[in-house]
Amino acid sequence: MNAGTLSVARAIARRDLLVEWRSRVVTNQVIPFAVLVMVMFAFALDSDAVLERVAPGLVWLATIFSVLFLTARSFAVETADGALDAMRSAGVNPMAIYLGKAVAVAVQLLVLDIALVVAAVVLYRADVSLGGGVLLVTTILVATTGLASVATLYGGLAAGTKGRETLLPLLLLPVVAPVLIGATRATESAFGTNGIEVSEGWPWLGLLAVFAVLFSVVGAVAFGPLVDE
Amino acid sequence: MTASTATRGRPDRVTGTPFTRALGIATLVGIVWLTWFGLFVTPADVNQGESVRIMYAHVPGAWLAYLAFIVTAVSSAAYLWRRTRSLTWDRIAGASAEIGVLFMGISLVTGSLWGRLTWGTFWTWDARLTTTAFLFVTYVGYLAVRNLGGTHHQRARRSAVLALLAVLEIPLVHFSVELWNSLHQEASVAMDGLMLFTLFLGVIVFTLMYVWLLLHRQRALALQDLVDDTGLDLAIAARRAEVG
Amino acid sequence: MDDLGFIVASYAVTLVAVGLFAWSVVRRSRRLAEQVPPEDRPWT
Repeated sequence: MNAGTLSVARAIARRDLLVEWRSRVVTNQVIPFAVLVMVMFAFALDSDAVLERVAPGLVWLATIFSVLFLTARSFAVETADGALDAMRSAGVNPMAIYLGKAVAVAVQLLVLDIALVVAAVVLYRADVSLGGGVLLVTTILVATTGLASVATLYGGLAAGTKGRETLLPLLLLPVVAPVLIGATRATESAFGTNGIEVSEGWPWLGLLAVFAVLFSVVGAVAFGPLVDE
Repeated sequence: MTASTATRGRPDRVTGTPFTRALGIATLVGIVWLTWFGLFVTPADVNQGESVRIMYAHVPGAWLAYLAFIVTAVSSAAYLWRRTRSLTWDRIAGASAEIGVLFMGISLVTGSLWGRLTWGTFWTWDARLTTTAFLFVTYVGYLAVRNLGGTHHQRARRSAVLALLAVLEIPLVHFSVELWNSLHQEASVAMDGLMLFTLFLGVIVFTLMYVWLLLHRQRALALQDLVDDTGLDLAIAARRAEVG
Repeated sequence: MDDLGFIVASYAVTLVAVGLFAWSVVRRSRRLAEQVPPEDRPWT
């Protein structure tokens, strides 16, 4: 990977984020959707005690469902004008496309996560100590990286012709199980749910880190062969 | 004489060969033998009672499913490696995955029935079972991707990469789930000689089934690809005739 | 469903599922073969 690839990736990330900034889909649609999901969990579960206990899991469930939208949108932007094909025919390194889009998805996901954690604190009465706060921030960063990496990889495959978008949940949801498990357990520790100590959360971060590193590398390499038509 | 009159009334004459016919007969004999032993000849287990009989179908099914997915992964790698690139590898990968999903589905159902008899529940969230369910869904997704269309080589490359990704994900998921839920009690089965033999027989019978199904399914896929190609050739010829 | 029912059901599910799959493979092959002459089949 050379400097040229990185600068192309940066350009693509900047473009994606600019598209988002101008259209405000994430802020106006995805975040409200995610918060709405959190509210509906409250209706469904109907018990403050239960809600407080499952708050961490709900945050990450809502995140994962939202990733589906973010990824679909990230690639819809391309396929609308055949931009992906145009870039590939122009000889753009697929690794650059992957990195650029993954970074853009990660940034949007980060914003979403922060909104959801705030919602959890407000709606579910979770509370965070200082040590927990550090754990929480680290968890969000690492989990987001992992999710964005794997979602961009499969998102590229599920993009394009009609009938493919429905493939994304089927492909992606099983794969992100480790992130759901790890992030939820780490967040539980951060919130102190069930009396779990903050220290118990850090090992889960190890799992999240492995996932993030693995899929960033694998994604960069596999994106080209997987998506090329 | 058209191909259809040649094959009418003769079972598996199309993708069958003398070898598969012999294999098929051996498989059928094995199935009868396994069922007879499993349901009647073997004793009930000391701990589990009669429900152990389900194991003779459940365990081989699970093992062969894993084998099938390994074959898919290896064939996918063989396709991707330039020196051995051939659509036959792709078709083997696809056929094997289908059979793997079939056997995995059977394994999940029989395992669920066994669990109901032994533990009183249709499902538990232990690592092995959860990873099995994960595997099942993953390969269902793989099969869906195989049907996305495009040229045979596009399909092959897409699927091959996906199969290798699946192989990567499985240990990760298994490890995560194990960390999450380390409460599975290994159901101890005190197996006497006859029960072990029947289990072994089960594995052999399922292996025979797997090979028979793989050969036929792989050849059916080859036929499908040939027909697709012929269809394409005909379409091109028709176009040329229009123009010329 | 009693014990025996579950056990028989397991065997039945297994055999029926495999049988159905085998049957569908063979049937599809025969239909496809009508469009492909025998010489093109590399395994015969």
